[in-house]
Amino acid sequence: MDSTVATGSEENVWGGGNKPLGASYGKLMMWFFLVSDALTFSGLLAAYGFSRFKFIETWPIADEVFTHVPFVHGNFPMIYVAFMTLILIISSVTMVLAVDAGHRMKKNAVIWYMFLTIIGGAIFVGSQAWEWATFIKGDFGALETKGGRILQFVNTDTGERAAIADFAATIESERVNHEKKNGVWYYEGQALPSYSLNEVIAGVKANSNIQIRTEAIIQEGEGQGEKTLLSREESLAKLTDAVQVVEGANLIQNEYGSRLFADFFFFITGFHGFHVTSGVVINLIIFFNVVLGTYEKRGHYEMVEKVGLYWHFVDLVWVFVFTFFYLV
Amino acid sequence: MAHEHKLEIFRGLWKFKSNTQKIWGVLAFLCVVTAIEVVLGIMKPESLTDNYFLGMKLLNWIFIILTLVKAYYIAWDFMHLRDEKTSLRRAIVWTPIFLVLYLVFILLFEADYVYNVYKDGFVAWNF
Repeated sequence: MDSTVATGSEENVWGGGNKPLGASYGKLMMWFFLVSDALTFSGLLAAYGFSRFKFIETWPIADEVFTHVPFVHGNFPMIYVAFMTLILIISSVTMVLAVDAGHRMKKNAVIWYMFLTIIGGAIFVGSQAWEWATFIKGDFGALETKGGRILQFVNTDTGERAAIADFAATIESERVNHEKKNGVWYYEGQALPSYSLNEVIAGVKANSNIQIRTEAIIQEGEGQGEKTLLSREESLAKLTDAVQVVEGANLIQNEYGSRLFADFFFFITGFHGFHVTSGVVINLIIFFNVVLGTYEKRGHYEMVEKVGLYWHFVDLVWVFVFTFFYLV
Repeated sequence: MAHEHKLEIFRGLWKFKSNTQKIWGVLAFLCVVTAIEVVLGIMKPESLTDNYFLGMKLLNWIFIILTLVKAYYIAWDFMHLRDEKTSLRRAIVWTPIFLVLYLVFILLFEADYVYNVYKDGFVAWNF
């Protein structure tokens, strides 16, 4: 069969050992994974876009939802997420510096840069946990109508949002929180809000400076892009639609507006946070390998480059989450 | 990855002496873009929020374009796609772009349709 082999060049093409893409097997597989993961995140964000366009006139305004900064009181929309974005970008930079140091076989530089990357990732995950806690705890409290719409309150003296704790009346009630030690222990009673519906309604009626703000965004004319403020008469009439008090957000209720907003917030930032967490864990493993000198013995630091790709990808996804959740 | 790096960004407008320098340069650029986004998001200039293009506010278009710019530099310089072979780069980049544009186009059109169904009063939602 030797005679059928035509030329040497053909032997090179089919003989194996080629790298047409100029990348190792491991790196190609990492890229394949990242492309498929990118499609997963795109699917989630596109679904978010779907729900948002569906309720385009009533969707919550992100600037009014994420207004807190740790240890500081006041209204600072965007500041904290901007800080989180910065942290993640900087940890991306230390990661790429680690990869660069790895190419030059500088073990100590790789160790230090990977260490800084892990710290950055930990700060980011912590910030996200804080963001979640703040979102779940809620801000001002609101009423929910039978149709699942949210009614928020505004103090017309100041023009600021009013918290239900500030104006709700106190009415003696017999209902107490169900605890496991009372009655049938495996029954879960729904937790009581800090103020009952009747207390909030009485509070609105007693305070003439409280008016209701609905979810509807003013489409044109004065106050375009802001939520609709009902007059005092309309507010009192609207109160009859309310069926329960909502404080904070979870998968079922959301005091900030559309429930879907909270659902997507938990799912998308949660999925991203899960990626950051796993990224930190993988970085830690590689970090210890570097410290032990595994890659020094192997003669190259390609593993650092591969986890680096994953870490940059996490940063890349956050850039999009930041835009679609907080900016747009 | 090839062990040599391409050391210029902005199509050669900004050249660097070493890969490390390029990384810091890209970081500076990304920070500037993020700062612009945050400032625009806080100020919300009326000329940008009142004008629409293809049914979306100009401001939102700016945000999305700046996001894509940031994504480009993260992928090209941090994930060093700039130094990879053209065939690998195209396979990685255009596959998701095509699929995502397709999905987004379909979903947003459908969502707009559902919005109109709600708006025209066939479904009561505010009660």
